Amino acid sequence: MSETVTARLRALLGNSGVERDPDGLPRATPDSAEALSLVCRLAHDEGWKVRIEGQGTWLPADAPADLGVSTRALDQVVSVSPADLVATVQAGTPFEALRRRLADDGMWLALDPPGRPERSLGSIVATGTSGPLRHGFGPVRDHVLGCAVATGDGRLVKAGGRVVKNVAGYDLTKLQVGGFGGFGIITELHLRLRALPRADITLIARGTRDTLSSAARDLVAARILPSALELLSPALAAEAEWVLAARFLGTDAAVQSDIRRLHSEGEIAWAPVPTERTAAFWSTVARGSLAGPITFRLGVLGNGVDETIDLLAHDLDEGLVSAGPGWGMIRWTGEASVERLRAVRRAAASREIPMTLERAPWSIRRALGHFGAYREGVGQLVGRLRDSFDPGQCLSVALEGVGD
Amino acid sequence: MNPSLAEALGRIVGPRWVRHRRAELATYAMDGLPTRESYPGVVVLPGSAEEVREIVRLLHLAGVAFVARGAGTGLSGGAVGDPESVLITLTRMNRILQMDPVHRRAVLQPGVINSRLSEAAICHGLHYIPDPSSQAACTVGGNVAENAGGPHCLKYGVTTNHIVELEVVLTDGSTLRLGSPQGEPWGPDLVGLFVGSEGMFGIATQITVRLEPMPPSVRTMLADFLTVRGASEAVSSIIAAGIVPAALEMMDRACVAAVEASIYAAGYPTDAAAVLLVELDGQPDAVEAEAAIVVSLLRDRGAREVRSATSPADRARLWQGRKKAFGAMGRIAPDLAVQDAVVPRSSLPEIMDRIEEIRSRHRLSISNVFHAGDGNLHPNISFDRRDPDLAERVRVACREIMMACVDAGGSITGEHGVGSDKIDYMSLIFDAESLGAMRAVRRAFDPSELANPGKVVPMHACREWRAARGAR
Repeated sequence: MSETVTARLRALLGNSGVERDPDGLPRATPDSAEALSLVCRLAHDEGWKVRIEGQGTWLPADAPADLGVSTRALDQVVSVSPADLVATVQAGTPFEALRRRLADDGMWLALDPPGRPERSLGSIVATGTSGPLRHGFGPVRDHVLGCAVATGDGRLVKAGGRVVKNVAGYDLTKLQVGGFGGFGIITELHLRLRALPRADITLIARGTRDTLSSAARDLVAARILPSALELLSPALAAEAEWVLAARFLGTDAAVQSDIRRLHSEGEIAWAPVPTERTAAFWSTVARGSLAGPITFRLGVLGNGVDETIDLLAHDLDEGLVSAGPGWGMIRWTGEASVERLRAVRRAAASREIPMTLERAPWSIRRALGHFGAYREGVGQLVGRLRDSFDPGQCLSVALEGVGD
Repeated sequence: MNPSLAEALGRIVGPRWVRHRRAELATYAMDGLPTRESYPGVVVLPGSAEEVREIVRLLHLAGVAFVARGAGTGLSGGAVGDPESVLITLTRMNRILQMDPVHRRAVLQPGVINSRLSEAAICHGLHYIPDPSSQAACTVGGNVAENAGGPHCLKYGVTTNHIVELEVVLTDGSTLRLGSPQGEPWGPDLVGLFVGSEGMFGIATQITVRLEPMPPSVRTMLADFLTVRGASEAVSSIIAAGIVPAALEMMDRACVAAVEASIYAAGYPTDAAAVLLVELDGQPDAVEAEAAIVVSLLRDRGAREVRSATSPADRARLWQGRKKAFGAMGRIAPDLAVQDAVVPRSSLPEIMDRIEEIRSRHRLSISNVFHAGDGNLHPNISFDRRDPDLAERVRVACREIMMACVDAGGSITGEHGVGSDKIDYMSLIFDAESLGAMRAVRRAFDPSELANPGKVVPMHACREWRAARGAR
């Protein structure tokens, strides 16, 4: 079988566009959206299952499939417009490569996703994995103006556009952001950028979780708005105690003003992270999500953060926890059984808290699904949407679990 | 329309909430777009989500199309129905169900008027950000359908950035809850998909919005320029400097003249080619520092005078001129073609020149008032549709302006929606496959295609997608 697949892919892409992954599975690395869509069309026509890959740093490449399709050869920054603060990139572009390119022009993409710096933009967008900066700049969806997608049956679809405000037609981009590839493979992205801030200062406070989370809530109530306000478990922060980190970005005047207010508010002692250590500090937080095989996120209203972390500690172990008490997102990384995770999802759902499995081995993804536990009627709707975008069910993506 | 249907609707909502006489229907034959008039067969005004469900179930069984409508202030001919359809008007469902100042959330029915929401939140020091010019009349449900914008969306985002959870009734009468109070999608981002679907996916019967704190300090400035190009360049330089004003609005000479001649006169200089309204907000010292930079950028680009509002009343006056500009244009001619297009912000100077060239060639009266910071243009053409030659020149000019914006890499609408007005422009920016994808998504929500048919997606331009198999 794999010989046939390889031969057919070579006929389509040439020898250089086909390789074998470490398990011997044929892997297509098309270098254009059109070529990628042809691979999807072929798989659809032949009834082959496709595993979607980016730079291979986030999800393990273990979904059962007849072939892999990687976006790693789609790694070009297509255009950058400093005057418009908009960039167009191919989906396989590594985050770090884009960051460097934008910094040259005095711009940045205000995201700090979990994982390694070379993670592809397509992976970040498809999994909707934002980091602590969501507190000040919003989740991934707020940064994506449009995209191009190859559907499971090889259609090329464009959604949104390159302008910052646009209501032409339905907002299909939203289906792709955080869709985990279940509705197609993202090939290109139009991104909203910002001018690089002049000041970037991080302060941290150490203490018990209760003290720090209460302090974080006070800051939110006092309307002190850092760009990131994140509560980090000792294991994640590599500290003896819990850490509350506040990152301020902006003009010098605005940042200094906010920091003065931070010091005057509340009881806890803030210590600045030395400027040369700031990037490394946040990089440690981002990479923390790779320290265990499973990562998930929970959407929690601010006051429920403590109770929800208690729930995690009770049903799982404390693991590596990162929580944004302002925006209300908790990310957990660690190791756990399917049964334990299922119990957490049930308990969360009963509290109106959605749990999204961001990263796990296939056996867990298959059992639990990235989403699962939909509300009534939503599962059928999602099924109809998937049938439209992947009518042959070629894309090996487990949005829903089995037996949930 | 079958009279027994009106009777059946009357049994659901009570006969007084069903309109079917021609004179009664006239109110509902247009929305804010004066060029599309179409009488619906019947208008029904439900008072609860349960009544909406029953109405939709009844219509689904009968195979009758329906159009959901809020206050009817939309500008794309989206909230009008033909004689074979039922118009479901949601203005009676106007209660704010819950206000949660701690988590900065409000839960409301779709008929709540936009500005009423902020009025109800202000005692908690909060407000609802999207502020379309029609905010004193338009409903939040309509805002959800259109993904409405407004001047203050530059910094804080449009409607889709402020809706966290929706209860929606689909065409078959089933009810879904999408999203979560926190804002994390529950599964795929179906809230994001629903917002801006122009009433074609179903009817939102309950909406949870995010509220934002009132900024501690606001600075509103008015700068006037002797050339439109100078004002456009000033906009680009503010954006490129990394300053994100809360609002950045432009009005040209024709617009200023209309405003100043009206009861909304705001003291704008009538001899200027263009004025910019710039609003900064945040902590007082940060606002001061940014204001100094903005003033110097404005002067660099040729601002003749930059004046700051000195009091809340002064600020309100400056804003009133902007918000009521469309109303003021009613003085110029009986009809107004309100255009809505978007260009990359760096293209503003060129596109403004191009619009002036089109205006002059077709001998038209165009006033420009728009969200310059977003590149969201509103070139408005005043005319009298009783003059067929003039009406034709307006039609041609509108298309030329739209083509110019598309050529510049822009979009055919930034906040007014496609509706029926812009349906023919859709294929300028989307190919047959992408339009086919839109139709496929619509069918996933509404397989019977009974919700607001004939809008947004030009069917003839769609490539057909195979029907869903439902096998999953």
